[in-house]
Amino acid sequence: MTRPRAVDGPRLPAPRAESGPVLELRAAAARRGGRTLWSGVELTVREGEFTAVLGPNGAGKSTLVKMLLGAAPVAAGEVRVLGARPGQANHRIGYLPQRRSFDASMRIRGIDVVRLGLDGDRWGVPLPFGGPRHRDARQRVAEAVELVGASAYAHRPIGQCSGGEQQRLLIAQALVRRPQLLLLDEPLDSLDLSHQGGVAALIGRICHQEGVAVVMVAHDVNPILHHLDQVLYLAEGGSAGGTPEEVITSATLTRLYGTRVEVLRASDGRLVVVGRPETTGGGHGALR
Amino acid sequence: MVLSADVASPPWSWNLLADFQQMWAYPFMVNAFRAGAIVAVVAAAVGWFVVLRRQTFAAHTVSAVAFPGAAGAVLLGFGAVYGYFTLCVAAALVIAAARGDGEGAESALTGTVQAFLLACGFLFVALYKGLLEGPQTILFGTFLGITTTQVTVLLCAGAAVLAVLALIGRPLLFASVDPRVAAARGVPVRALSTAFLVLLGAATAEASQITGTLLVFALMVIPAATARTITARPGISLLLAVLFSFTATWAGLIAAYYAPYPLGFFVTSFAFSGYVLALGLRALHGALPGRGVAA
Repeated sequence: MTRPRAVDGPRLPAPRAESGPVLELRAAAARRGGRTLWSGVELTVREGEFTAVLGPNGAGKSTLVKMLLGAAPVAAGEVRVLGARPGQANHRIGYLPQRRSFDASMRIRGIDVVRLGLDGDRWGVPLPFGGPRHRDARQRVAEAVELVGASAYAHRPIGQCSGGEQQRLLIAQALVRRPQLLLLDEPLDSLDLSHQGGVAALIGRICHQEGVAVVMVAHDVNPILHHLDQVLYLAEGGSAGGTPEEVITSATLTRLYGTRVEVLRASDGRLVVVGRPETTGGGHGALR
Repeated sequence: MVLSADVASPPWSWNLLADFQQMWAYPFMVNAFRAGAIVAVVAAAVGWFVVLRRQTFAAHTVSAVAFPGAAGAVLLGFGAVYGYFTLCVAAALVIAAARGDGEGAESALTGTVQAFLLACGFLFVALYKGLLEGPQTILFGTFLGITTTQVTVLLCAGAAVLAVLALIGRPLLFASVDPRVAAARGVPVRALSTAFLVLLGAATAEASQITGTLLVFALMVIPAATARTITARPGISLLLAVLFSFTATWAGLIAAYYAPYPLGFFVTSFAFSGYVLALGLRALHGALPGRGVAA
Protein backbone atom coordinates (compact mmCIF):
# COMPACT_ATOMS: atom_id res chain seq x y z
CA MET A 1 0.00 0.00 0.00
CA THR A 2 1.59 3.18 -1.14
CA ARG A 3 -1.28 5.45 -0.21
CA PRO A 4 -2.55 4.70 3.29
CA ARG A 5 -4.34 8.04 3.30
CA ALA A 6 -6.89 6.65 0.94
CA VAL A 7 -8.71 4.90 3.76
CA ASP A 8 -9.60 7.93 5.80
CA GLY A 9 -13.17 8.26 4.66
CA PRO A 10 -15.48 8.43 1.70
CA ARG A 11 -14.25 9.82 -1.58
CA LEU A 12 -13.63 13.52 -1.18
CA PRO A 13 -14.47 16.03 -3.85
CA ALA A 14 -11.62 17.73 -5.64
CA PRO A 15 -10.22 20.53 -3.49
CA ARG A 16 -11.97 23.83 -4.04
CA ALA A 17 -10.02 27.02 -4.49
CA GLU A 18 -12.51 29.30 -2.80
CA SER A 19 -14.64 28.64 0.23
CA GLY A 20 -17.36 31.22 -0.38
CA PRO A 21 -20.88 30.30 -1.43
CA VAL A 22 -21.28 28.73 -4.85
CA LEU A 23 -24.23 30.91 -5.63
CA GLU A 24 -25.39 34.18 -4.14
CA LEU A 25 -28.44 36.22 -5.12
CA ARG A 26 -29.16 39.47 -3.32
CA ALA A 27 -32.47 41.26 -4.04
CA ALA A 28 -32.23 39.87 -7.55
CA ALA A 29 -34.95 40.46 -10.12
CA ALA A 30 -35.69 39.26 -13.63
CA ARG A 31 -37.67 40.94 -16.37
CA ARG A 32 -38.91 39.58 -19.66
CA GLY A 33 -40.62 41.67 -22.28
CA GLY A 34 -40.97 44.62 -19.93
CA ARG A 35 -42.72 42.52 -17.29
CA THR A 36 -41.09 41.76 -13.96
CA LEU A 37 -41.05 37.98 -13.57
CA TRP A 38 -39.76 37.93 -10.04
CA SER A 39 -37.96 40.27 -7.73
CA GLY A 40 -36.38 40.46 -4.32
CA VAL A 41 -34.96 36.96 -4.55
CA GLU A 42 -32.46 36.10 -1.85
CA LEU A 43 -30.60 32.84 -2.23
CA THR A 44 -27.34 31.39 -1.02
CA VAL A 45 -26.22 27.98 -2.20
CA ARG A 46 -23.15 26.35 -0.69
CA GLU A 47 -21.02 23.45 -1.80
CA GLY A 48 -22.91 20.16 -1.61
CA GLU A 49 -26.32 21.76 -1.18
CA PHE A 50 -29.37 20.65 -3.13
CA THR A 51 -31.74 23.51 -3.99
CA ALA A 52 -35.01 23.19 -5.84
CA VAL A 53 -36.57 26.08 -7.76
CA LEU A 54 -40.34 25.73 -7.76
CA GLY A 55 -43.21 27.81 -9.05
CA PRO A 56 -46.04 27.89 -11.56
CA ASN A 57 -45.39 27.81 -15.30
CA GLY A 58 -44.26 31.16 -16.64
CA ALA A 59 -42.93 32.26 -13.25
CA GLY A 60 -39.42 32.56 -14.69
CA LYS A 61 -37.76 29.43 -13.32
CA SER A 62 -35.88 28.73 -16.54
CA THR A 63 -35.07 32.42 -16.77
CA LEU A 64 -33.31 32.10 -13.43
CA VAL A 65 -31.16 29.28 -14.82
CA LYS A 66 -30.37 31.31 -17.94
CA MET A 67 -29.50 34.28 -15.75
CA LEU A 68 -27.05 32.16 -13.76
CA LEU A 69 -25.41 31.16 -17.05
CA GLY A 70 -25.18 34.78 -18.14
CA ALA A 71 -27.65 34.23 -20.98
CA ALA A 72 -30.37 36.44 -19.47
CA PRO A 73 -29.79 39.87 -17.90
CA VAL A 74 -29.99 40.58 -14.20
CA ALA A 75 -32.67 43.27 -13.98
CA ALA A 76 -31.86 44.33 -10.44
CA GLY A 77 -29.87 43.28 -7.41
CA GLU A 78 -26.67 41.31 -7.29
CA VAL A 79 -25.91 37.83 -8.59
CA ARG A 80 -22.61 36.03 -7.97
CA VAL A 81 -21.93 32.63 -9.47
CA LEU A 82 -18.81 30.83 -8.21
CA GLY A 83 -17.49 34.17 -7.01
CA ALA A 84 -17.85 35.85 -10.39
CA ARG A 85 -20.44 37.58 -12.52
CA PRO A 86 -22.90 35.23 -14.28
CA GLY A 87 -21.42 33.85 -17.50
CA GLN A 88 -17.83 34.23 -16.28
CA ALA A 89 -17.56 30.78 -14.71
CA ASN A 90 -19.60 28.66 -17.12
CA HIS A 91 -16.73 26.20 -17.55
CA ARG A 92 -17.20 25.22 -13.92
CA ILE A 93 -20.95 24.72 -14.31
CA GLY A 94 -22.69 21.61 -15.57
CA TYR A 95 -25.93 22.51 -17.34
CA LEU A 96 -28.85 20.31 -18.27
CA PRO A 97 -31.42 22.21 -20.36
CA GLN A 98 -35.13 21.57 -20.29
CA ARG A 99 -36.81 18.75 -22.22
CA ARG A 100 -33.98 17.36 -24.20
CA SER A 101 -34.21 13.98 -25.73
CA PHE A 102 -32.68 12.25 -28.69
CA ASP A 103 -34.95 10.39 -31.08
CA ALA A 104 -34.14 7.01 -32.52
CA SER A 105 -32.46 8.48 -35.59
CA MET A 106 -29.67 9.99 -33.48
CA ARG A 107 -26.88 7.61 -34.39
CA ILE A 108 -24.25 8.69 -31.94
CA ARG A 109 -23.20 6.73 -28.87
CA GLY A 110 -24.01 7.89 -25.37
CA ILE A 111 -20.33 7.93 -24.57
CA ASP A 112 -19.72 10.35 -27.46
CA VAL A 113 -22.34 12.72 -26.08
CA VAL A 114 -20.64 12.56 -22.67
CA ARG A 115 -17.27 13.16 -24.32
CA LEU A 116 -18.62 16.31 -26.04
CA GLY A 117 -19.25 17.69 -22.57
CA LEU A 118 -15.54 17.26 -21.82
CA ASP A 119 -13.87 18.76 -24.88
CA GLY A 120 -16.59 19.39 -27.47
CA ASP A 121 -15.89 23.10 -27.39
CA ARG A 122 -12.26 22.74 -28.51
CA TRP A 123 -11.31 23.69 -32.04
CA GLY A 124 -9.40 21.41 -34.32
CA VAL A 125 -9.34 17.65 -34.71
CA PRO A 126 -8.30 15.43 -31.82
CA LEU A 127 -5.51 13.04 -32.63
CA PRO A 128 -7.14 9.68 -33.16
CA PHE A 129 -4.83 7.48 -31.11
CA GLY A 130 -2.57 7.58 -28.12
CA GLY A 131 -1.26 10.42 -26.05
CA PRO A 132 -1.67 10.71 -22.28
CA ARG A 133 -4.28 13.42 -22.77
CA HIS A 134 -6.35 11.10 -24.91
CA ARG A 135 -6.15 8.40 -22.24
CA ASP A 136 -7.04 10.85 -19.48
CA ALA A 137 -10.06 12.03 -21.43
CA ARG A 138 -11.30 8.49 -21.99
CA GLN A 139 -10.83 7.67 -18.36
CA ARG A 140 -12.66 10.79 -17.22
CA VAL A 141 -15.59 9.97 -19.51
CA ALA A 142 -15.68 6.38 -18.20
CA GLU A 143 -15.67 7.70 -14.60
CA ALA A 144 -18.56 10.05 -15.25
CA VAL A 145 -20.54 7.27 -16.96
CA GLU A 146 -19.79 4.95 -14.04
CA LEU A 147 -20.85 7.58 -11.52
CA VAL A 148 -24.33 7.84 -13.03
CA GLY A 149 -24.56 4.07 -13.45
CA ALA A 150 -24.83 4.21 -17.23
CA SER A 151 -21.95 1.88 -18.14
CA ALA A 152 -24.27 -0.83 -19.43
CA TYR A 153 -25.73 1.26 -22.24
CA ALA A 154 -23.19 4.07 -22.81
CA HIS A 155 -21.91 2.36 -25.95
CA ARG A 156 -25.34 2.15 -27.52
CA PRO A 157 -26.59 4.84 -29.89
CA ILE A 158 -28.19 7.36 -27.55
CA GLY A 159 -31.35 7.48 -29.66
CA GLN A 160 -32.02 3.87 -28.71
CA CYS A 161 -31.77 4.51 -24.98
CA SER A 162 -34.88 5.10 -22.88
CA GLY A 163 -35.70 8.53 -21.51
CA GLY A 164 -34.26 7.67 -18.11
CA GLU A 165 -31.07 6.27 -19.62
CA GLN A 166 -30.65 9.35 -21.80
CA GLN A 167 -31.16 11.58 -18.77
CA ARG A 168 -28.44 9.71 -16.85
CA LEU A 169 -26.05 10.06 -19.79
CA LEU A 170 -26.83 13.77 -20.02
CA ILE A 171 -26.14 14.13 -16.30
CA ALA A 172 -22.82 12.36 -16.91
CA GLN A 173 -22.16 14.87 -19.69
CA ALA A 174 -22.88 17.73 -17.30
CA LEU A 175 -20.60 16.16 -14.67
CA VAL A 176 -17.69 15.16 -16.86
CA ARG A 177 -15.68 18.32 -16.25
CA ARG A 178 -16.10 18.05 -12.48
CA PRO A 179 -18.27 21.15 -12.18
CA GLN A 180 -18.80 22.85 -8.84
CA LEU A 181 -22.38 23.70 -9.71
CA LEU A 182 -25.02 21.70 -11.55
CA LEU A 183 -27.93 23.59 -13.10
CA LEU A 184 -30.74 21.21 -13.99
CA ASP A 185 -33.87 22.41 -15.75
CA GLU A 186 -36.71 19.98 -15.07
CA PRO A 187 -34.63 16.83 -15.49
CA LEU A 188 -37.43 14.57 -14.26
CA ASP A 189 -40.09 16.07 -16.48
CA SER A 190 -40.18 13.52 -19.28
CA LEU A 191 -39.54 10.47 -17.13
CA ASP A 192 -42.06 7.99 -15.84
CA LEU A 193 -42.54 7.63 -12.11
CA SER A 194 -40.13 4.74 -11.49
CA HIS A 195 -37.28 6.49 -13.32
CA GLN A 196 -38.02 9.79 -11.59
CA GLY A 197 -37.14 8.28 -8.23
CA GLY A 198 -33.91 6.76 -9.54
CA VAL A 199 -32.67 9.90 -11.25
CA ALA A 200 -33.67 12.03 -8.24
CA ALA A 201 -31.68 9.73 -5.95
CA LEU A 202 -28.72 9.92 -8.33
CA ILE A 203 -28.78 13.73 -8.28
CA GLY A 204 -29.05 13.72 -4.49
CA ARG A 205 -26.09 11.35 -4.23
CA ILE A 206 -23.94 13.44 -6.59
CA CYS A 207 -24.82 16.53 -4.60
CA HIS A 208 -24.18 15.20 -1.11
CA GLN A 209 -21.38 12.72 -1.75
CA GLU A 210 -19.43 14.49 -4.49
CA GLY A 211 -19.98 17.91 -2.97
CA VAL A 212 -21.44 19.45 -6.11
CA ALA A 213 -23.97 22.21 -5.50
CA VAL A 214 -27.20 21.46 -7.35
CA VAL A 215 -29.86 23.94 -8.41
CA MET A 216 -32.76 22.12 -9.96
CA VAL A 217 -35.86 23.59 -11.54
CA ALA A 218 -38.69 21.23 -10.73
CA HIS A 219 -42.24 20.83 -11.75
CA ASP A 220 -43.11 18.41 -9.02
CA VAL A 221 -41.28 18.59 -5.71
CA ASN A 222 -42.31 15.17 -4.44
CA PRO A 223 -39.69 12.94 -6.12
CA ILE A 224 -36.86 15.11 -4.77
CA LEU A 225 -38.44 16.22 -1.48
CA HIS A 226 -36.33 14.12 0.88
CA HIS A 227 -33.04 14.98 -0.92
CA LEU A 228 -33.56 18.74 -0.71
CA ASP A 229 -31.67 21.17 1.48
CA GLN A 230 -33.62 24.23 0.46
CA VAL A 231 -36.37 25.45 -1.79
CA LEU A 232 -36.80 28.68 -3.72
CA TYR A 233 -40.38 29.30 -4.65
CA LEU A 234 -40.97 31.82 -7.44
CA ALA A 235 -44.38 33.26 -8.13
CA GLU A 236 -45.75 36.40 -9.65
CA GLY A 237 -46.38 37.92 -6.26
CA GLY A 238 -42.82 37.45 -5.07
CA SER A 239 -40.61 34.69 -3.85
CA ALA A 240 -39.87 32.65 -0.80
CA GLY A 241 -36.79 30.69 0.16
CA GLY A 242 -35.85 28.30 2.92
CA THR A 243 -36.17 24.68 3.85
CA PRO A 244 -39.05 22.78 2.23
CA GLU A 245 -40.83 22.65 5.62
CA GLU A 246 -40.67 26.46 5.87
CA VAL A 247 -41.65 27.28 2.31
CA ILE A 248 -44.17 24.70 1.22
CA THR A 249 -46.81 25.66 3.76
CA SER A 250 -50.33 26.91 3.47
CA ALA A 251 -49.33 30.29 4.88
CA THR A 252 -46.40 30.93 2.52
CA LEU A 253 -48.15 29.79 -0.63
CA THR A 254 -51.29 31.71 0.29
CA ARG A 255 -49.15 34.83 0.60
CA LEU A 256 -47.35 34.18 -2.72
CA TYR A 257 -50.52 33.51 -4.68
CA GLY A 258 -52.55 36.15 -2.94
CA THR A 259 -55.40 33.73 -2.50
CA ARG A 260 -56.16 30.89 -0.13
CA VAL A 261 -54.00 27.83 -0.82
CA GLU A 262 -53.79 24.75 1.36
CA VAL A 263 -50.88 22.34 1.56
CA LEU A 264 -51.74 18.83 2.67
CA ARG A 265 -49.32 16.10 3.57
CA ALA A 266 -50.28 12.62 2.42
CA SER A 267 -49.54 9.59 4.58
CA ASP A 268 -46.44 8.76 2.50
CA GLY A 269 -45.04 12.25 3.01
CA ARG A 270 -46.02 13.57 -0.41
CA LEU A 271 -47.28 17.10 -0.55
CA VAL A 272 -50.52 18.07 -2.18
CA VAL A 273 -51.50 21.65 -2.91
CA VAL A 274 -55.18 22.39 -2.87
CA GLY A 275 -57.05 25.45 -4.02
CA ARG A 276 -54.33 26.89 -6.17
CA PRO A 277 -55.99 29.30 -8.58
CA GLU A 278 -55.55 28.27 -12.23
CA THR A 279 -55.06 31.88 -13.30
CA THR A 280 -51.58 31.95 -11.85
CA GLY A 281 -50.65 28.43 -12.73
CA GLY A 282 -51.37 28.25 -16.41
CA GLY A 283 -52.27 24.57 -16.36
CA HIS A 284 -49.70 22.58 -14.46
CA GLY A 285 -49.06 22.89 -10.79
CA ALA A 286 -45.68 23.27 -9.25
CA LEU A 287 -46.73 20.65 -6.79
CA ARG A 288 -49.02 17.80 -7.41
CA MET B 1 -23.44 12.15 -70.51
CA VAL B 2 -23.16 9.01 -72.53
CA LEU B 3 -19.91 7.77 -73.86
CA SER B 4 -20.87 4.69 -75.76
CA ALA B 5 -18.48 1.80 -75.59
CA ASP B 6 -17.94 1.71 -79.26
CA VAL B 7 -15.24 1.89 -81.89
CA ALA B 8 -11.74 1.50 -80.59
CA SER B 9 -12.27 1.06 -76.87
CA PRO B 10 -11.99 -2.55 -75.76
CA PRO B 11 -14.59 -3.86 -73.35
CA TRP B 12 -14.24 -4.31 -69.59
CA SER B 13 -11.73 -7.05 -68.96
CA TRP B 14 -11.84 -7.71 -65.17
CA ASN B 15 -8.14 -7.02 -65.19
CA LEU B 16 -8.33 -3.81 -63.19
CA LEU B 17 -4.80 -2.73 -63.95
CA ALA B 18 -5.28 -3.06 -67.68
CA ASP B 19 -8.66 -1.36 -67.46
CA PHE B 20 -7.27 1.62 -65.60
CA GLN B 21 -4.31 1.85 -67.97
CA GLN B 22 -6.70 1.91 -70.84
CA MET B 23 -9.06 4.51 -69.31
CA TRP B 24 -6.24 6.69 -68.12
CA ALA B 25 -4.76 6.79 -71.59
CA TYR B 26 -7.32 9.54 -72.14
CA PRO B 27 -6.50 12.78 -70.34
CA PHE B 28 -10.20 13.57 -69.91
CA MET B 29 -10.65 10.29 -68.05
CA VAL B 30 -7.69 11.05 -65.79
CA ASN B 31 -9.26 14.40 -65.02
CA ALA B 32 -12.62 12.75 -64.42
CA PHE B 33 -11.12 10.34 -61.87
CA ARG B 34 -9.19 13.15 -60.18
CA ALA B 35 -12.24 15.38 -60.01
CA GLY B 36 -14.35 12.46 -58.86
CA ALA B 37 -11.98 11.66 -56.00
CA ILE B 38 -11.87 15.27 -54.78
CA VAL B 39 -15.60 15.74 -55.02
CA ALA B 40 -16.40 12.42 -53.36
CA VAL B 41 -14.26 13.15 -50.33
CA VAL B 42 -15.48 16.73 -49.85
CA ALA B 43 -19.15 15.98 -50.46
CA ALA B 44 -19.17 13.00 -48.10
CA ALA B 45 -17.41 14.84 -45.28
CA VAL B 46 -19.76 17.81 -45.47
CA GLY B 47 -22.71 15.52 -46.15
CA TRP B 48 -22.04 13.61 -42.94
CA PHE B 49 -22.75 16.79 -41.00
CA VAL B 50 -25.75 17.58 -43.24
CA VAL B 51 -27.33 14.27 -42.24
CA LEU B 52 -26.42 14.75 -38.58
CA ARG B 53 -27.89 18.26 -38.57
CA ARG B 54 -30.90 17.24 -40.66
CA GLN B 55 -30.24 19.99 -43.13
CA THR B 56 -31.04 18.00 -46.23
CA PHE B 57 -33.66 20.57 -47.23
CA ALA B 58 -31.06 23.31 -47.10
CA ALA B 59 -28.76 21.09 -49.17
CA HIS B 60 -31.55 20.53 -51.63
CA THR B 61 -32.20 24.26 -51.96
CA VAL B 62 -28.54 24.99 -52.47
CA SER B 63 -28.24 22.29 -55.11
CA ALA B 64 -31.37 23.52 -56.89
CA VAL B 65 -29.89 26.98 -57.34
CA ALA B 66 -26.70 25.43 -58.68
CA PHE B 67 -28.63 24.86 -61.90
CA PRO B 68 -29.31 28.53 -62.78
CA GLY B 69 -25.80 29.34 -61.55
CA ALA B 70 -24.21 26.95 -63.98
CA ALA B 71 -26.58 27.82 -66.82
CA GLY B 72 -26.07 31.55 -66.27
CA ALA B 73 -22.30 31.22 -66.13
CA VAL B 74 -22.24 29.20 -69.34
CA LEU B 75 -24.50 31.77 -71.01
CA LEU B 76 -22.22 34.61 -69.94
CA GLY B 77 -19.18 32.77 -71.19
CA PHE B 78 -17.59 31.79 -67.85
CA GLY B 79 -17.12 28.14 -67.03
CA ALA B 80 -19.98 26.41 -65.28
CA VAL B 81 -17.61 25.80 -62.33
CA TYR B 82 -17.69 29.45 -61.31
CA GLY B 83 -21.44 29.62 -61.69
CA TYR B 84 -21.84 26.66 -59.36
CA PHE B 85 -19.63 28.12 -56.67
CA THR B 86 -21.02 31.65 -56.85
CA LEU B 87 -24.66 30.73 -56.64
CA CYS B 88 -24.30 27.85 -54.20
CA VAL B 89 -22.39 29.92 -51.68
CA ALA B 90 -24.73 32.88 -52.23
CA ALA B 91 -27.73 30.62 -51.67
CA ALA B 92 -26.15 29.26 -48.50
CA LEU B 93 -25.72 32.80 -47.18
CA VAL B 94 -29.34 33.66 -48.04
CA ILE B 95 -30.55 30.60 -46.15
CA ALA B 96 -28.33 31.50 -43.21
CA ALA B 97 -29.74 35.03 -43.16
CA ALA B 98 -33.34 33.95 -43.65
CA ARG B 99 -33.51 31.11 -41.17
CA GLY B 100 -33.66 33.43 -38.19
CA ASP B 101 -33.63 31.98 -34.71
CA GLY B 102 -35.61 28.84 -35.35
CA GLU B 103 -33.04 26.11 -35.82
CA GLY B 104 -34.02 24.07 -38.86
CA ALA B 105 -37.00 26.27 -39.66
CA GLU B 106 -36.73 26.98 -43.34
CA SER B 107 -38.41 30.18 -44.32
CA ALA B 108 -40.86 30.65 -47.14
CA LEU B 109 -38.40 33.16 -48.55
CA THR B 110 -35.97 30.36 -49.33
CA GLY B 111 -38.54 28.47 -51.33
CA THR B 112 -39.65 31.61 -53.14
CA VAL B 113 -36.14 32.54 -54.19
CA GLN B 114 -35.42 28.94 -55.17
CA ALA B 115 -38.42 28.80 -57.50
CA PHE B 116 -37.48 32.10 -59.14
CA LEU B 117 -33.87 31.07 -59.65
CA LEU B 118 -34.88 27.74 -61.16
CA ALA B 119 -37.05 29.64 -63.63
CA CYS B 120 -34.06 31.86 -64.45
CA GLY B 121 -31.96 28.77 -65.07
CA PHE B 122 -34.59 27.46 -67.44
CA LEU B 123 -34.52 30.77 -69.28
CA PHE B 124 -30.71 30.74 -69.53
CA VAL B 125 -30.77 27.28 -71.02
CA ALA B 126 -33.43 28.32 -73.53
CA LEU B 127 -31.40 31.42 -74.48
CA TYR B 128 -28.32 29.31 -74.94
CA LYS B 129 -30.23 27.12 -77.37
CA GLY B 130 -28.45 23.96 -76.36
CA LEU B 131 -25.27 24.79 -78.22
CA LEU B 132 -23.25 22.91 -75.65
CA GLU B 133 -24.51 20.12 -73.47
CA GLY B 134 -27.91 21.53 -72.61
CA PRO B 135 -29.71 21.24 -69.31
CA GLN B 136 -29.33 17.50 -69.06
CA THR B 137 -25.64 17.74 -68.24
CA ILE B 138 -26.19 20.38 -65.61
CA LEU B 139 -29.05 18.45 -64.07
CA PHE B 140 -27.62 14.95 -64.20
CA GLY B 141 -23.87 15.39 -64.40
CA THR B 142 -21.08 14.56 -66.79
CA PHE B 143 -17.51 13.45 -66.74
CA LEU B 144 -16.64 14.60 -70.21
CA GLY B 145 -14.54 17.65 -70.81
CA ILE B 146 -13.35 18.28 -67.26
CA THR B 147 -10.26 20.39 -67.80
CA THR B 148 -7.10 20.41 -65.72
CA THR B 149 -7.96 23.96 -64.67
CA GLN B 150 -11.31 22.75 -63.38
CA VAL B 151 -9.59 20.01 -61.42
CA THR B 152 -7.30 22.61 -59.87
CA VAL B 153 -10.27 24.77 -58.91
CA LEU B 154 -12.01 21.75 -57.40
CA LEU B 155 -8.88 20.77 -55.51
CA CYS B 156 -8.30 24.23 -54.04
CA ALA B 157 -11.92 24.72 -53.06
CA GLY B 158 -12.11 21.20 -51.70
CA ALA B 159 -8.94 21.58 -49.65
CA ALA B 160 -10.25 24.85 -48.22
CA VAL B 161 -13.58 23.23 -47.29
CA LEU B 162 -11.87 20.27 -45.61
CA ALA B 163 -9.44 22.53 -43.75
CA VAL B 164 -12.25 24.66 -42.33
CA LEU B 165 -14.26 21.55 -41.52
CA ALA B 166 -11.31 20.06 -39.65
CA LEU B 167 -10.92 23.26 -37.67
CA ILE B 168 -14.58 23.63 -36.67
CA GLY B 169 -15.51 19.93 -36.75
CA ARG B 170 -15.63 19.20 -33.04
CA PRO B 171 -17.55 22.30 -31.90
CA LEU B 172 -19.82 21.80 -34.93
CA LEU B 173 -20.54 18.26 -33.78
CA PHE B 174 -21.28 19.57 -30.27
CA ALA B 175 -23.51 22.34 -31.63
CA SER B 176 -25.32 19.86 -33.90
CA VAL B 177 -25.96 17.20 -31.27
CA ASP B 178 -26.60 19.44 -28.31
CA PRO B 179 -26.98 23.12 -29.24
CA ARG B 180 -28.13 24.49 -25.89
CA VAL B 181 -25.37 22.93 -23.82
CA ALA B 182 -22.84 23.87 -26.49
CA ALA B 183 -24.02 27.48 -26.31
CA ALA B 184 -23.71 27.45 -22.52
CA ARG B 185 -20.14 26.20 -22.94
CA GLY B 186 -19.32 29.18 -25.13
CA VAL B 187 -19.53 27.47 -28.53
CA PRO B 188 -20.67 30.10 -31.08
CA VAL B 189 -23.63 28.03 -32.28
CA ARG B 190 -25.09 30.56 -34.71
CA ALA B 191 -21.78 31.50 -36.30
CA LEU B 192 -20.98 27.83 -36.75
CA SER B 193 -24.35 27.29 -38.39
CA THR B 194 -23.62 30.03 -40.92
CA ALA B 195 -20.08 28.80 -41.53
CA PHE B 196 -21.38 25.31 -42.11
CA LEU B 197 -23.94 26.53 -44.64
CA VAL B 198 -21.13 28.16 -46.60
CA LEU B 199 -19.20 24.89 -46.55
CA LEU B 200 -22.38 23.18 -47.65
CA GLY B 201 -22.67 25.60 -50.56
CA ALA B 202 -19.09 24.97 -51.67
CA ALA B 203 -19.42 21.20 -51.32
CA THR B 204 -22.69 21.22 -53.26
CA ALA B 205 -21.04 23.24 -56.02
CA GLU B 206 -18.31 20.61 -56.20
CA ALA B 207 -20.64 17.65 -56.20
CA SER B 208 -22.94 19.23 -58.80
CA GLN B 209 -20.18 18.94 -61.35
CA ILE B 210 -19.97 15.18 -61.10
CA THR B 211 -23.51 14.11 -60.30
CA GLY B 212 -25.41 17.09 -61.68
CA THR B 213 -27.49 19.36 -59.48
CA LEU B 214 -30.37 16.92 -59.14
CA LEU B 215 -28.24 14.02 -57.95
CA VAL B 216 -26.03 15.84 -55.46
CA PHE B 217 -27.56 13.79 -52.67
CA ALA B 218 -25.95 10.69 -54.16
CA LEU B 219 -22.65 11.88 -52.74
CA MET B 220 -23.86 14.12 -49.91
CA VAL B 221 -26.57 12.16 -48.21
CA ILE B 222 -26.43 8.50 -49.23
CA PRO B 223 -22.83 7.72 -48.12
CA ALA B 224 -23.37 9.48 -44.79
CA ALA B 225 -26.68 7.71 -44.26
CA THR B 226 -25.03 4.39 -45.09
CA ALA B 227 -22.15 4.98 -42.70
CA ARG B 228 -24.49 5.98 -39.90
CA THR B 229 -26.43 2.79 -40.43
CA ILE B 230 -23.29 0.78 -39.83
CA THR B 231 -21.73 2.55 -36.87
CA ALA B 232 -22.60 5.13 -34.23
CA ARG B 233 -18.96 6.10 -33.64
CA PRO B 234 -18.62 9.61 -35.09
CA GLY B 235 -15.02 9.38 -36.35
CA ILE B 236 -15.36 5.98 -37.95
CA SER B 237 -18.72 6.87 -39.41
CA LEU B 238 -17.25 9.97 -41.06
CA LEU B 239 -14.36 7.98 -42.55
CA LEU B 240 -16.72 5.29 -43.81
CA ALA B 241 -18.90 7.92 -45.49
CA VAL B 242 -15.86 9.26 -47.34
CA LEU B 243 -14.85 5.74 -48.34
CA PHE B 244 -18.34 4.87 -49.62
CA SER B 245 -18.62 8.10 -51.54
CA PHE B 246 -15.21 7.60 -53.13
CA THR B 247 -16.01 4.01 -54.08
CA ALA B 248 -19.38 4.91 -55.58
CA THR B 249 -17.83 7.71 -57.62
CA TRP B 250 -14.94 5.74 -59.04
CA ALA B 251 -17.07 2.67 -59.67
CA GLY B 252 -19.60 4.97 -61.36
CA LEU B 253 -16.90 6.45 -63.56
CA ILE B 254 -15.69 3.03 -64.61
CA ALA B 255 -19.22 1.85 -65.32
CA ALA B 256 -20.07 4.98 -67.27
CA TYR B 257 -16.92 4.54 -69.35
CA TYR B 258 -17.75 1.02 -70.36
CA ALA B 259 -21.54 1.09 -70.44
CA PRO B 260 -23.72 3.35 -72.55
CA TYR B 261 -25.58 4.90 -69.60
CA PRO B 262 -25.06 8.21 -67.81
CA LEU B 263 -22.61 8.77 -64.96
CA GLY B 264 -25.16 10.22 -62.54
CA PHE B 265 -27.22 7.06 -62.79
CA PHE B 266 -24.28 4.82 -61.98
CA VAL B 267 -22.92 6.85 -59.07
CA THR B 268 -26.36 7.14 -57.52
CA SER B 269 -27.18 3.48 -58.10
CA PHE B 270 -23.93 2.27 -56.55
CA ALA B 271 -24.39 4.53 -53.55
CA PHE B 272 -27.99 3.41 -53.21
CA SER B 273 -27.03 -0.27 -53.47
CA GLY B 274 -24.51 0.28 -50.69
CA TYR B 275 -27.21 1.82 -48.54
CA VAL B 276 -29.63 -1.04 -49.10
CA LEU B 277 -26.85 -3.53 -48.42
CA ALA B 278 -25.96 -1.75 -45.17
CA LEU B 279 -29.61 -1.75 -44.07
CA GLY B 280 -29.81 -5.45 -44.84
CA LEU B 281 -26.63 -6.21 -42.91
CA ARG B 282 -27.87 -4.23 -39.96
CA ALA B 283 -31.19 -6.03 -39.95
CA LEU B 284 -29.31 -9.34 -40.11
CA HIS B 285 -26.97 -8.22 -37.34
CA GLY B 286 -29.87 -7.14 -35.17
CA ALA B 287 -31.55 -10.49 -35.70
CA LEU B 288 -28.58 -12.41 -34.31
CA PRO B 289 -29.11 -13.25 -30.64
CA GLY B 290 -27.36 -10.96 -28.19
CA ARG B 291 -25.99 -8.63 -30.83
CA GLY B 292 -28.98 -6.42 -31.33
CA VAL B 293 -27.58 -3.35 -29.63
CA ALA B 294 -24.07 -3.26 -31.02
CA ALA B 295 -22.91 0.20 -31.95
